[in-house]
Amino acid sequence: MAAASPDFRRRMTRRQWEGRAFHGLCLLAVAVALAMLVLLLVYLARQGLTRVSWEFITSFPSRDPDQAGIKAALLGSIYVVAIAAVVAFTLGVSAAIYLEEYAVRNWRSRIIQVNITNLAGVPSIVYGILGLEIFVRTLGLGRSVLAGGLTMALLVLPIIIIAAQEAIRAVPPSLREGAYALGATRWQAIWHLVLPQAMPGILTGVILAVSRALGETAPLIVMGALTFVPFAPDGPLSRFTVLPIQIFNWTSRPQAGFHEAAAAGIIVLLALLLTMNAAAIVLRNKFQRRPEG
Amino acid sequence: MQQSDAILQTRGLTVYYGSKQAVSDITLDVARHRITAIIGPSGCGKSTLLRCFNRMNDLIPKSRITGQVLFEGRDLYSPTVDPTEIRYQIGMVFQRPNPFPKSIFDNVAFGPRINGFRGDLAELVESSLARAALWAEVKDRLTSSALALSGGQQQRLCIARALAVQPQVILMDEPCSSLDPIATLAIEDLMRELSADYSIVIVTHNMQQAARVSDYTTFLMGIENRGGQIIEYGETRLIFTNPKDERTEAYITGRFG
Amino acid sequence: MARDTRSLRTSITAKALSLLPRHWKRLLWERLIRLTLAAAAVVSVLTTVGIVSVLLFEAVLFFQEVSILEFLTGTRWTPLFASQHFGILPLITATIITSAGAMLVALPLGLLSAIYLSEYAPDPVRRGLKPVLEVLAGIPTVVYGYFALLFVTPLLRQISPNVSVFNGLSASIVMGIMILPMVSSLSEDAMRAVPRSLREGAYALGSTKLEVSTRVVIPAALSGIAAAFILAISRAVGETMIVAIAAGQNPTFTLNPFVPIETMTAYIVQVSMGDTPTGTLEFKTIFAVGLTLFLLTLMMNLLSQYVVRRFREEYE
Repeated sequence: MAAASPDFRRRMTRRQWEGRAFHGLCLLAVAVALAMLVLLLVYLARQGLTRVSWEFITSFPSRDPDQAGIKAALLGSIYVVAIAAVVAFTLGVSAAIYLEEYAVRNWRSRIIQVNITNLAGVPSIVYGILGLEIFVRTLGLGRSVLAGGLTMALLVLPIIIIAAQEAIRAVPPSLREGAYALGATRWQAIWHLVLPQAMPGILTGVILAVSRALGETAPLIVMGALTFVPFAPDGPLSRFTVLPIQIFNWTSRPQAGFHEAAAAGIIVLLALLLTMNAAAIVLRNKFQRRPEG
Repeated sequence: MQQSDAILQTRGLTVYYGSKQAVSDITLDVARHRITAIIGPSGCGKSTLLRCFNRMNDLIPKSRITGQVLFEGRDLYSPTVDPTEIRYQIGMVFQRPNPFPKSIFDNVAFGPRINGFRGDLAELVESSLARAALWAEVKDRLTSSALALSGGQQQRLCIARALAVQPQVILMDEPCSSLDPIATLAIEDLMRELSADYSIVIVTHNMQQAARVSDYTTFLMGIENRGGQIIEYGETRLIFTNPKDERTEAYITGRFG
Repeated sequence: MARDTRSLRTSITAKALSLLPRHWKRLLWERLIRLTLAAAAVVSVLTTVGIVSVLLFEAVLFFQEVSILEFLTGTRWTPLFASQHFGILPLITATIITSAGAMLVALPLGLLSAIYLSEYAPDPVRRGLKPVLEVLAGIPTVVYGYFALLFVTPLLRQISPNVSVFNGLSASIVMGIMILPMVSSLSEDAMRAVPRSLREGAYALGSTKLEVSTRVVIPAALSGIAAAFILAISRAVGETMIVAIAAGQNPTFTLNPFVPIETMTAYIVQVSMGDTPTGTLEFKTIFAVGLTLFLLTLMMNLLSQYVVRRFREEYE
């Protein structure tokens, strides 16, 4: 074999160096992204960690930044998210079952499908406008926690439908056939076999959707949630605020004390989100380890 | 064959998937308490024909049939017939064992439960498992997952599951194709035993299996664009020793398919 | 065994005799369930109908008083002042500044991260890294707004005194970080869908990883990557809280990233937070702006789906 020409070897060395530089560049990009995450978390911790306390969680907001707490906002968030979760879960799973198990593949089901994909991409603030017009004004629910919860339900509905559809599609068709062959109706096969199998996947999607709802601010501002609420919601028609709006409000104040309160509120919010995501991961792992039928 | 001896009959049955014919003009009598084998090269519509007997083809979009399928002389495709009712008088066992991701007990109890069985469920489960020659192997672990069983055991569980709804006919779609020879032998023995009480239709690509277990054999072959047609039908022993059609002879001697 | 058989056979005959009248009840029940489920699926369609009709209805009322031409070409947006002008262009330029800025951050970082994850990272690293990157996408936008206003902006002002307290630059940098995982995740999916045989073919010709990545994988995954970018832009255009907090509330017709501006979304927030009575012309502006926003993002989403569909056809 002839030895490689010096020219080729020179070019090869250059190409190898370029390759290494590019590898470094790619690593750098990932490092920058991770650094931003770390920076964000460290900054928040330094700003707000000292303000996080039981008192902070159980106090109403106040004009004095050192007294201000998140009780009303936290309760409001829980109300809104609970309403949204129940409504969106029921509607979303039903719609997903219909689309996967019943609907004949024709132009009508295709329209529904395209529509769901596009709804997932509508800016959240537009849902706020919808909630304002439909729930607050047309249905006369007022700027209530119920109207807020329903608005959020519509916002996360496409996410839940898509997740539930994927989970249902992952159930092997042989299970359905086995059930039909025993004289099961479509619904019996769904209820006894498909849904139990798909449930971990569906719940993972629901948790992710709910954490999206927990962090959303804009739609609730538009549909008219308050920014200063010194009371806990006492029913579905009660006026309310939520944690992200409270954070927004404190961030917009000039006093540094409120900025610390905002950071503390963010820490509580992130802790809640982290817990929910951890739950989703646990569920997903359980889902993936399950032996196939 | 006498009319009263046939539990299932097809009359000029043609199945379409969209505009494509899967099988065409099938006229066939399935004998009561016998094993009828459907053989033929792959893609000739054996499974399609089998799935007409319990209307499983209904679940495939764009499939439709012409002609008749009679069960005990009753038109299976008449509008007053609910396919789910049919399916629990005509059981089915699939190519791959498909136990539900539930306990062994719940697998067998599934059919009776959804059909509103009132009676001693435990006894029914036991007798079904015994009938499927599985009781001795699983009686101590009825509550453990069916997915932990071996392939052959899973297939016998699926047979027990089908028996638990007390069908009159059992359709088997290549029930041994994913099993090892020993498990296959167990299933074949079981089929012979069950044929005393049940009418069995088995689709198989394995001619030795058809020769070993069945009483009657139908040879199906795809013809141009018209889908599968019956080439020859008769007693298994005659088909395999003295086929009338040269295509049957070519197939069973392994010259094609 | 004999007993079993007998008990099975007696019930067989019992069953064969009756043609089971309950099957009508069962059919009815099935139909009822099917109808209920279909109704749930229709809710998603009604949501779209609701959005479109609410926006259209109120926007039409708005356009009876303000000409569409003025709305689309005017360079002054002052509905809340005594001398009202309804030119949406200042809101559009602000949206362009923040979205384009965000893409300038997210595009290179996201694409390079995707290449790293898809081509370089060993499998365990990739599996560990991906969820961590996705945490960035899960952080609520109000948190990013806080970070932009109180951390990034002061930093920028130390570097250059020209930067105002509210500015498009800070908002776009932080928004870029927020949409980065979306770009990297979707691009990586597209790159991993490129058949291995293509890569192997290139390696067999003596190509380095850089050459395989940039000359084989990226061109092959281009439409998937393009779809990811379009989707990311759409997300940036519709993003609200970061710009509402950090970019300001001054509708200025400018492309200067250092001065306070107001995006379409921030304007809607401003009106919602204020005490503008519903039903007034001032309030109806949010529907006209909302409609513009909706149509813009819808167009981008449809475009991205179209591009993805074409991509799928290439390799599946």
